Amino acid sequence: MKILVTVTEAATVDTVFEIDGLDIDDRYLSTDLNEWDAYALEEAVQLAEAEGGEVVTVTIGSDGVEETIRQALAKGADRAIRVWDERLAALSVLDPLTKAAVLEAVVADEQPDLVFTGVQSADDSFGATGVALASRLDWAWGTIVNDLQLDSTVAHVTRELEGNLEELTDIQRPAVLTIQTGINEPRFASLRDITRAQQADIAVESFAELGLDDDAVVPSIERTDLYEPDTDGEATIFEGSPDETAAELAAVVEETGVTR
Amino acid sequence: MTVLAVAEHRRGELRPVSLELLSAGRELADATDGDLHAAVVSGDVESHADRLNREGVDTIHAVADGEEFNHDVYTQAVTQLAETVEPTVLLAPDTANGLDYAPAVAERLGAPLLTDALDLSYDERLTVTRERYEGKVETTLDIDAPQAVVTLRPGAWPRADGTGDAEITAFDAVIDESLVRSDVTGYQEIGGEVDVAAADVLVAVGRGIESEDNLDIIRDLADALDATIAASRPVIDNGWLPADRQVGQSGKTVSPELYVAVGISGTVQHVSGVRAETFVAINDDPNAPIFEVADYGVVDDLFEVVPALTDRLTRS
Repeated sequence: MKILVTVTEAATVDTVFEIDGLDIDDRYLSTDLNEWDAYALEEAVQLAEAEGGEVVTVTIGSDGVEETIRQALAKGADRAIRVWDERLAALSVLDPLTKAAVLEAVVADEQPDLVFTGVQSADDSFGATGVALASRLDWAWGTIVNDLQLDSTVAHVTRELEGNLEELTDIQRPAVLTIQTGINEPRFASLRDITRAQQADIAVESFAELGLDDDAVVPSIERTDLYEPDTDGEATIFEGSPDETAAELAAVVEETGVTR
Repeated sequence: MTVLAVAEHRRGELRPVSLELLSAGRELADATDGDLHAAVVSGDVESHADRLNREGVDTIHAVADGEEFNHDVYTQAVTQLAETVEPTVLLAPDTANGLDYAPAVAERLGAPLLTDALDLSYDERLTVTRERYEGKVETTLDIDAPQAVVTLRPGAWPRADGTGDAEITAFDAVIDESLVRSDVTGYQEIGGEVDVAAADVLVAVGRGIESEDNLDIIRDLADALDATIAASRPVIDNGWLPADRQVGQSGKTVSPELYVAVGISGTVQHVSGVRAETFVAINDDPNAPIFEVADYGVVDDLFEVVPALTDRLTRS
C-alpha cells in the first residue's frame, strides 16, 4: 500500500510583531510542520508499519521549506517530494484549488492507494485542499476524520461534526481523507531518525516535470490588505505583580457572587 | 448579480447559519440590485424552504434527493443548480459539512473558493475578508473571476428575519448514484460523565499549561472556585483531559456565570463555544485573541498568577 501525505509548513506569529506590506514581517514568523499534517503523517506511517507499504510526502513550497520536509522524513516518511515553480511563486495567494491542481499531477505520477491531508493549515486555514483534490481526481473523500479503519475496498471513518457529534461514514477506496488532530499520538523523532532525514534526498519537481502547463494556475485571488483586527470590546487588563493581578481577579470573582 | 445561498440542516433541523447566509447574501445582492436565491438539499425540503422564506429572498430551490447530508449528493445537486442559476457568488456555511462539499463544487464550476469569510463586499469585484495566523491579523482578498464560491463563518452575520414572499420551486437534480461513493451509516454523541454545559463556573485550560502534570494548579483553582474544569482542543488531543471537557465548536457550547480561561489563545473554534456572563483570561501573550472576548485579563505567566489567585480565593 502506498499513501501520499500532503505536508505543509505552517507559520506562527510571535507575541509582538510588525506588518510589512501584505504580510507579517518574516522576523516575527516561526515555521513548523503543520500540526494537522503531523497527525496525517502519523496515521499513514502507522498503517504502513502495520500492513507494509510506503509513505510519500508532498509539499508545495520553495527550498525554504526543506527543514520542515525533513521533520516529516524523521517522523517516518519514506520519501519526500517538493513541488515549486515560478508560476506558484508569482501568486498573491496560494489557494486550495491551485494546490489541488498541482497535487493532482503528483498523484498521477505516484499512483498512491490513499491520500491523507491535514484538515487545515494553522496559518491560512482554508481547510479545502483535500476535497478539491479528491474532486479533481474523481476520487471519493472523507473530511475531519478522527478515526479510521481500512478494509480492502472501503475506509470506515468517523467524522467530527460540531457540538460533540460524530458521523460514521463508509467511503469507497481510493480516497482522499482529511485527518483531524487527536486521531493518534504523533511520534517524536529519534536523534538517529533526524540524522538520517538530514541526509535524505528530496525530489524537487517543477511544472514541466509534472506535465503541468500554464493553465494549471489561474491567478484570480489578489491580497489587497493585511491589518490587525479591530480590538473593540477588548478586556480590562490588570497590571502589576502576580499577587497584585491575582487580587484584582479575586475581586472580579467576588463581584460575580459565584463564590458566595 | 445573483447570489445563491445553500442552507444547512442536520437531523431534521435547519441550522441557524442558514439564516445568516441569507443576510450576507441579501447585503451582497443589494450592492448590484441583484437577486437572492436560496437552496435546500435533502430532507424535509418543504418545511426547510418555508423557514428560509425570509425578507429579501427572491427564490428558493428545493432539491428533494436524499434524507441526511451526503456530500456526493450535495456536490452533484449544488453544482447542477449553480449551472442553472448561474450565481455570481455561491454561499455555503463554513462548517464541517459546508467544507465537505463546497470545495468540490468550486472545483467543478472552475470558480475560486474562499473559506471562512468574515465579511464580504462587492464593488465591480467581490472582496472577501478572512483571518490569517489564527486570528492575529485579518486580510482582504479581491476576486477576479465571473463566479466565486465562499463559505461564511457561523456567527459573523445576523440571522435574516421577517417573512418573505419568495417563489419556492422544485429543482430536479440528476443524481448519478455511481458517483455517490460515501455512505453515512450513523451518528454518535461524544458522551462522558461531566457536562461542562451545566456548570455555573468553569475553569478552562489550554495549551499554555504545557503538560498533564501541571494540571494540579488548575485543579486547585477549580476547587477554590467550586468550579468544573473544562479545556480547549489541544488539551483533549494530548489526552490530558477526557473529551467530555472540551468547550468549543467541536465540543460543548457553554454559558456559565463565570469562565476563567487559563493558557488559552482563543481561536474562533474555542471562543465560539463560550457565552459567559463574566469572562476572565490569563495568558502571557498580550495579542492573544482571547483578550478580545474576555471582560478581564491578566497578561502574565499563568504558573505564577494561577497559584496566587487560588491563594487569594482560599484566604478570603
